[in-house]
Amino acid sequence: MAILVLLWSLLGLAWNIIGGYGGQVSLGHAVFFGLGAYTSSILLERWQVSPWLGMLAGAAVAAIAALLIGWPTFRLQGHYFAIATIAAGEIFAILFRNWEWAGGAVGIYLPLIRGDQLVNFQFHETKVPYYYIVLVMALLAVAVTYALERSRAGYYLRALRADQDAARSLGVPITRYKLIAMVISAVLTAIGGTFYAQFVLYISPNTVFALMLSVQMCLVAVLGGLGTIAGPIIGAMVLIPMAEYTRVFLGGRGGGLHLVVYGLLIVIISVFQPAGLVGLLRRRTRPTPPPAMPTPAEEGIA
Amino acid sequence: MSLLETRGLTKRFGGLVANQTIDFRLEKGELVGLIGPNGAGKTTFFNCITGFYRPDEGRVFFRGRDVTGWSPERICRAGIARTFQVVKTFRDMTVLENVMVGAFLRHPRPAAARAHAEAVLETTGLTHLADVQAGGLPIAYRKRLELARALATEPEVLFLDEAMAGLNPGEIQEAVAMVRRLWEQGLTIVLVEHVMEVVMPLAQRVVVLDYGQVIADDTPERVAKDPRVIEAYLGERFARQAREG
Repeated sequence: MAILVLLWSLLGLAWNIIGGYGGQVSLGHAVFFGLGAYTSSILLERWQVSPWLGMLAGAAVAAIAALLIGWPTFRLQGHYFAIATIAAGEIFAILFRNWEWAGGAVGIYLPLIRGDQLVNFQFHETKVPYYYIVLVMALLAVAVTYALERSRAGYYLRALRADQDAARSLGVPITRYKLIAMVISAVLTAIGGTFYAQFVLYISPNTVFALMLSVQMCLVAVLGGLGTIAGPIIGAMVLIPMAEYTRVFLGGRGGGLHLVVYGLLIVIISVFQPAGLVGLLRRRTRPTPPPAMPTPAEEGIA
Repeated sequence: MSLLETRGLTKRFGGLVANQTIDFRLEKGELVGLIGPNGAGKTTFFNCITGFYRPDEGRVFFRGRDVTGWSPERICRAGIARTFQVVKTFRDMTVLENVMVGAFLRHPRPAAARAHAEAVLETTGLTHLADVQAGGLPIAYRKRLELARALATEPEVLFLDEAMAGLNPGEIQEAVAMVRRLWEQGLTIVLVEHVMEVVMPLAQRVVVLDYGQVIADDTPERVAKDPRVIEAYLGERFARQAREG
């Protein structure tokens, strides 16, 4: 469970870079997750390339895919962008389902390597190493987000999220910065994909290219709090246990009752905490005093 | 060579000609008022110059360079900044952060951008609001913030689209004083305004648009006496006032 929460923190943080800071709601992020998983898995299965190298290759492939998807779709605004990314996600899912060389609809079983060594990125005796690996990955995502938030790119992304025309009038090349954010986001998501493949040791188009994955990345960030570092982490900490527990307790009764309850909980959070769960913390810790606003008349006297 | 020049600038929307063969020249250091009744094509003209619209015909030259069809971000980098008639504040950013977005254009490093933004806040009298969320500001301050943001890009020419609209008389006075101060510091300014009382004492030269065409281009005193202008603009307004009064 801790591993899952950390993996989803990583994915939520990655999504948050383009979806939260940049305000471009992508529902096709499973593409990058899937490409990360498939690239490292194929390299390992066919040519015995280390998954660590495969992870880098997967990140590179995802970055290229991000540019290819972003270039045409960033001309679209708001909902149309989201719809276009859903379409992109489905295209990749269908592509891999029918691509026999890459395992087709059956997917890929990763070769088992005994010995539990870090270089092999496979551990059978205990799951603890996975925990540390995904922890480092999530921390990497935190560090990237932290650096981004303080950089020119971070300011530009928040500006273009608020108003694209105003941003352009101040010299912000909006498409370039959206693409930069998309590539960073895709690279981090692909790293998560490779981790998933090495953790589960079996991948298929239906699991790593699923639309539900894209939706959940978005949910984790949105429910936690968009455009913040803590948001996606809190989102993952709440959402993933919620999903797992509702499944454990209610999943057996059939009829998808657990999904109904899960959905209901999401609705409740979004109704009462529209700014995300991070808003709860903020309200508690920092009761922002209304700023003293001198009226123009007062200023005139002074 | 004029600092900025348009030759035969034309922009159509379907059958409507919003700007018709506009020839406009702007010299360095000028403060020009652009006036005209509602729908005369003032904002369209702004948008054509600042890259938000691509003119159907005609060219735009800035410092002798043909900048027709350049993107807004490229125009801004070249040295033309603008504000919007309907303010476009970055609502969930603070006042300082809003201005920093402009400052980043010439100061890529955050510390340098912050320092420059703070200096701009100082000159525009917004320092005391630096850490306030911009979305919560009253309209007069948001208009001023937009001016500050544009200034932070260190432009050579500043296009102000109705910077005084919606302000009360006291606020208008302050804004007029600020525009005059910026002009005295060497900035070239084009002022689009409905409020004639603002433009007339401030501008050295007034260009009047009506139905997308330039109908007058002269000193404020002579423009105010031009029968065509009175017909197109003042006449209409006085006629309405007479009816209502």
